Amino acid sequence: MREDLATALADLQEEAAVRIVRERLDGGENPLSILADARRGMETVGRRFASCEYFLPDLVYSGEILKQVSEMVRPRISQGLKTERLGKVVMGTVEGDIHDIGKDIVTFMLDVNGFEVFDIGVDAPPDKFVDKIRETGATVVGMSGLLTLAFDSMKATVDAIAEAGLRDQVRIMIGGPQVDEQVRKYAGADAYGQDAMAGVALARQWTGVQ
Amino acid sequence: MEKRPEEQIKERVQRVEAAVALKVPDRVPLVLSFGLFPAKYGGISCEDAFYDPVRWGAALKKAVSDFAPDMYEGVRMVPGPVLEALDCKQVKWPGHGAPSDHSHQFVEGEYMKADEYSALLDDPTDYALRVYMPRVYGSLEGLRTLRSLRSWLFGYMVAPQAALFTRPEVTGALEALIEAGHRASRWRAGIRTLEKDMAEAGFPQFTVSSTYAPFDIISDTLRGMRGTMLDMYRQPDKLIEACERLLPVLIETGVGIAKHVGNPRVFIPLHRGADGFMSVKQYETFYWPTFKRLLLALCDQGLTPCPFFEGDYTSRLEYLRELPKGKVLCHFDRTDLVKAKEVLGDHLCVMGNVPASLLQLGSPQEVREYCQKLVDRVGKGGGFIMAPGCVIDEARPENVKAMCDFTREYGVYA
Repeated sequence: MREDLATALADLQEEAAVRIVRERLDGGENPLSILADARRGMETVGRRFASCEYFLPDLVYSGEILKQVSEMVRPRISQGLKTERLGKVVMGTVEGDIHDIGKDIVTFMLDVNGFEVFDIGVDAPPDKFVDKIRETGATVVGMSGLLTLAFDSMKATVDAIAEAGLRDQVRIMIGGPQVDEQVRKYAGADAYGQDAMAGVALARQWTGVQ
Repeated sequence: MEKRPEEQIKERVQRVEAAVALKVPDRVPLVLSFGLFPAKYGGISCEDAFYDPVRWGAALKKAVSDFAPDMYEGVRMVPGPVLEALDCKQVKWPGHGAPSDHSHQFVEGEYMKADEYSALLDDPTDYALRVYMPRVYGSLEGLRTLRSLRSWLFGYMVAPQAALFTRPEVTGALEALIEAGHRASRWRAGIRTLEKDMAEAGFPQFTVSSTYAPFDIISDTLRGMRGTMLDMYRQPDKLIEACERLLPVLIETGVGIAKHVGNPRVFIPLHRGADGFMSVKQYETFYWPTFKRLLLALCDQGLTPCPFFEGDYTSRLEYLRELPKGKVLCHFDRTDLVKAKEVLGDHLCVMGNVPASLLQLGSPQEVREYCQKLVDRVGKGGGFIMAPGCVIDEARPENVKAMCDFTREYGVYA
C-alpha cells in the first residue's frame, strides 16, 4: 500500500514525507498532484491547530516540512499550481513594530484555509497597506502589532485607507497580545482577533465563505 | 507629620512582603513597572532616555515621586552608547533603527545555529567568546579569529600564543570592549546616583537582579523561536541538555546580583512558555522542569523570585502550585486574575494586571472600575499586588494616576 503524503505531513513525519515525495517524483508522477496532497496535509495541520491539538511548534515544523517538499517538487513544475482561492487578504505588522511571529501565524492559517495572502512584512507604513490593497483588490486587511505603540500605527493605517477612498472596499481586522476591543474602537478597525483562528473566522465571514 | 524616608521604605517593603507571604497588609500594595513611560511624562524622548542617564534619571524620579508607588521599576535599559560601541545587531533602539520616541525592539534571529549545540554544551564560555559574541556584536567580529583559550591551561609554554591578541581585528575587538565597558561604568554611576536619590526620597526599587528561564534564553537569544521549535522535533535531547547546562548559570546570575545589592526580589521575564507558544505536554517536557528548579534554587537562597508571565498563562497555573507557598511573587499580564486567584490564592501572591490598552486608551473612570474589580475579587484576603499588566510606555498620565490614587484609597483593608 502506498503511503499517504497528506497523512505523513499532517502527522509531522518529516522523513516519511520527504521519502514519499522522492519516490513519487522518481516514479514520474505529476508534481501538481503531489503538491495537492501536501496541501491537504497542511489543511489537516490547520484544523488540528484550530482545535488545540497542535500548537505553535507543530505549526512551525509542518511549515518546515512543506518547504522541503515544495523545494523538491518546484523544479519539475512548468506552470504554477492553480488553486481556487476564497479571497484576498493583505497582512502586515504596522509601522514602528518589527515583530513578525503573530503576523506569520495568521498568514499561515489564512493560507492553509484557502485564502490568498499578501504579506507586506513588518514595520509596514500606512502607504504600503494602501498600495497593496489597490494593487491586489484585496477585500480583507489584517494588521498585527506586539507593542503598545502599534495602537497609533493601526489607527493611522485605518485613516490612510479611508483617505485613499478604500475603506468601503475592505474589512479590517487587528491583532496582537495587547490588542482588545478598546484598541479596535480607537483604531477604527472592524474587528479584533484573539488568536489566529479568530482571524480565519473573520476572513471567512467577511468573504461570505460558509 | 511626614514620615522619614527610611520609615517610608520600611513600610512600603513590608506592605509588599506581607502580600508575598499571603498575609493581609494595611492596604493593597502598588508596584509600577514604568517601562519608558517616565520619558514622555518628563518631556524627554526615548532616545534621550537611552543616551543620557542624568535626564533619564530626572524623568524617572519625577514619575516615581508623582505617582508614589510602593515599589517602582524603571526600564532595564541597555544604554545606547554601550550598544553603539559594540555595534549590537540583536536589538534596535531609539534613534538607532527604532523611532526616537519609541521603545527598543528585539531582533528575532537564529543567533546560534542548529549544529552548534555540541560546541555550546562542551564549553559555553568558549562558544560565547569565539562564536556567539562575534555574531551578535559587529565590533567583536575579530574574536572569531582567536583560538580556544583552553590551551592556556598548559602553562608557561603557551605564553607566546599571546601573539594572537595582536592581530588588528582582535585588538579592535578588545578596544571596543574596553570602550563599551567605560561607557557602561559611566552609565551605572548615573543609575547608582538615581537609586540613592530614590531611596532618600523613600522609594524602594522592585527588583534589581534579573534572570531567565533556561528555555527562554535558548529561544530568545540563542536559537530563536523558530530554531528552538524545530529542535523540539529534530534534536529534543540536545535542547533539554542545553536547558540543564544553562540552569546553574542562570541561578548564579540571579543570586549573585540580588545578594550583592541586598534586594531579595529577582525579576524573571518569561516569554516562550506561555499559552499558545506550546502545548501543555511540550511545556512539561521542555520548559517547566528547569524553570521550576530555577525558582526553587532562588527560594533556597532566601530570595523572592518575581516571574513576569507575559501573555496568557491560564493553562499552566496548576504547575505553579508546586512552588513553595508564599515564596514567589507571580506577575501576570493577560492571564485572567480572578482565575489565577482561584487556583493560586491560598498558595502564591498574585500581581497585575491593569491592561496597557486601558491605561493608554481608556478613561480614568474605566481604569477605576477595572481596579475596583481587581481589589474586590483578587485582593480579598491579601496576597494581591496592584500593577499594570505589562510596561506602560504609552499610558496616559491621568489613567496611571487614577490607578494609583484609587488603589491607595479603595485598597485599604478594613
